[in-house]
Amino acid sequence: MIGLLFVIFAALAPTVAAAQELTGSFGLPSADRTLTIRSTTDLAVMAPVIASYLTGRPDLRIDYEQWGSNDLYELTALDCRNEEAGADIVVSSAVHQMVRLVNDGCAATHRSDFTAALPAQLRWRDELWGISREPAVIVYNRERVPASEVPRSRFDLLDLLRPEDSPYRGRVATYDIETSGLGYLLAFADSLEASTFGGLMESFGRSGAVATCCSAEIIDAVIEGRYLLAYNVLGSYALARAEGEARLGIVAPADYTLILSRGAMIPNNGPARREAAAYLDYLLSPAGRKALEDALLLVRLDGEEGALLESPPDAQTIQRPIALTPALLVALDKHKRGLFRQRWRAAFPVTP
Amino acid sequence: MARLFRQSRTLSLKSRVALAMATVLLVGGAVVLVAALAYGRQAAREAYDRLLVGAATDIAESITIQGSAALVDVPVSAFELLALAPDDRIVYRVLGPDGETLTGYDTAPRPEKAGAISFYDSEFSGEAARYVSLTRRFAERSFSGSVQVIVGQTVQARRQLARDIAQNVLLVLGAAGAAMALFAWLVMQSALRPLPRIGEALRRRDPTDLTPIDQPAPAEIAALIQSLNGFMTRLDRQMTSNRHLIGDAAHQLRTPVAAIRAHAQLAAEEPDFERRAKMVQRIHERAVDLSHLLDQMLNHAMIIHRADTAPRDPVDLRDVAVEAFEANEPNVLASPNAVSLVLPDEPVAIRGDMLSLAEAAKNLLANALSHGRPPVRIGIRNSGQAELWVRDCGEGPPASIRIDPAVRFAGDRAGGGSGLGLAIAHAVADSHGGAIRMTTDDEGFEIAMTLPKDTP
Repeated sequence: MIGLLFVIFAALAPTVAAAQELTGSFGLPSADRTLTIRSTTDLAVMAPVIASYLTGRPDLRIDYEQWGSNDLYELTALDCRNEEAGADIVVSSAVHQMVRLVNDGCAATHRSDFTAALPAQLRWRDELWGISREPAVIVYNRERVPASEVPRSRFDLLDLLRPEDSPYRGRVATYDIETSGLGYLLAFADSLEASTFGGLMESFGRSGAVATCCSAEIIDAVIEGRYLLAYNVLGSYALARAEGEARLGIVAPADYTLILSRGAMIPNNGPARREAAAYLDYLLSPAGRKALEDALLLVRLDGEEGALLESPPDAQTIQRPIALTPALLVALDKHKRGLFRQRWRAAFPVTP
Repeated sequence: MARLFRQSRTLSLKSRVALAMATVLLVGGAVVLVAALAYGRQAAREAYDRLLVGAATDIAESITIQGSAALVDVPVSAFELLALAPDDRIVYRVLGPDGETLTGYDTAPRPEKAGAISFYDSEFSGEAARYVSLTRRFAERSFSGSVQVIVGQTVQARRQLARDIAQNVLLVLGAAGAAMALFAWLVMQSALRPLPRIGEALRRRDPTDLTPIDQPAPAEIAALIQSLNGFMTRLDRQMTSNRHLIGDAAHQLRTPVAAIRAHAQLAAEEPDFERRAKMVQRIHERAVDLSHLLDQMLNHAMIIHRADTAPRDPVDLRDVAVEAFEANEPNVLASPNAVSLVLPDEPVAIRGDMLSLAEAAKNLLANALSHGRPPVRIGIRNSGQAELWVRDCGEGPPASIRIDPAVRFAGDRAGGGSGLGLAIAHAVADSHGGAIRMTTDDEGFEIAMTLPKDTP
């Protein structure tokens, strides 16, 4: 097992291309079948999952391309329009874009016992499936934020930002919705979920909160103390960093916690559809679930004691999964997005 | 031999009813299926068209004018409404006054003729889809004109609903059909139960038992039993008549034939010519009597036979009297006492067998002539019933004969009678639904055959 993993990691040769952020190849180069995965998930996070899938499948090679969500959406839509063979399976955290791709008829249908076992909100048309379970969390710096001030909910966050002389002014970060499809989705889901979102935006705007890109950068900045808090960070990345980093604190908001499930679809022009379906079934199978859990892509709010994720006791009732329904199409509407961006920009003016 | 009597069997009643039921159910089922499918499609279309309109209205109401442009703040509720058809893809488009796409899919087809609300079928990236288009007019200072909202959806849910409705209808129909078939079967079972019972009763019967079947049965089967009973009655009569003929022949013919044989032997041995001539004369007389007896017996058998077989024709009873009168004429001429015929002017219509009736009348007349006291009269009386009567001036036969006129060989045959005349008359009257009536008054004895009149 260890030897095989070694071989796989030896074959892993990340290269940086113009569009994709990162690519990796798993399995033996001599394998006669190839599965191409395009995903927004970090290559490093998915690598063990893919490695465990390839165990016992010596004739399969997996090419993994890591993309930014907006680029991935545009590329996949382009492949669909031109009926070109692109990826065999596409996985994105920006599920509204995935819903749009499926709605536009870009996805192939697949049905199995594993897909049928998914709850209805994690499955649409047997063409889009939610494979992960990642809460959107608040991260904070344990050294700089006193325990008494750690915000347990959005209301706490509002209270922290309210005073004119709040030490948190200019020290709170969140995703920039224009550069991150996931950031937009989370913000949009927030706007549908509760009226607190309007207040929060206003508060962010007044307190000079920072909208910036990318989970890793935001988490790093919080660890380093450049930001004290970050709002709506994807829990899986935060948990991965917190494993070896005592300064990083993670809170699942107690008023409600958005749960993101990465959407996977099989493009109907993909050359290796059967391999893609088998890989998908693996991700949904108990073995795949275990691998995803180990990769921190399947997060439980009611984890064991001493878990890195601080969640309220009534963890079940606060979860708000982002359902894979055509209602997410609204998020991509031209006017809707324009209006949303307008409100957003009012809070986060473009910094020169 | 048995094969010759095997009845050719047609389809059983149960099979017929089952076949008819199956046909009715299948044809009815097909009709209902077509209707159910059409109804299901219609119902599904109406239901989901309402969703479409609801969503389109939601979107239309979300349009605001900002500056000189129409802005669509697409409501999530519209899409949640459409998501009630969970697996259908959604397409929408909002067009400005100049036909430019404000937002949504610019591939969504526009209706051929735009009304306030119009529905139309088209497709969405290769899949059949249903669309609604509605128009909202604006008359602002900065923006004037109509904005068209188009919302479409693929038709999976509609098809599924239509199928479900039709399926449910078919399930109910199938259950109803099964129940009907079951009831029909039970009704059939109970309706046919008398048949095997009657068959069993017949099978268990003594071969010589020709008495009527006495089994309770429904009207339809009762008619069959009635016919069967009628048939057995006739059979019984025929058999009785045959038995009588054989029995009578044995009893009645043995003595005269033996006598003739003895006389013939004596005559053959008689040397004296004159005495032999006398003996031959006696033999001849005996032979005539015997032949008369034989005639009567055969007549009797024939009458009984005809009673069941001869067709009942319209007959004027006066003709019967006339024929009897004329047939007796040789006798009448020979006798010093003339027979007189008394007839009404109007015909007396009955239905019957002329031959049998004439035979009966002849016998009555012959009886009166041989046993009664002249003068003898024969005539017809047309009262409540048709009556053929014969009168003489005697006291009539002894009481033993009057009690049962059907008894054969009851009277004394000194006058050369066969003893069958009255029995024949009685049999004829009986087979015509009539009777023999005997009365004695001051003027003498009258025997009459009363018959029902033919009322057309």
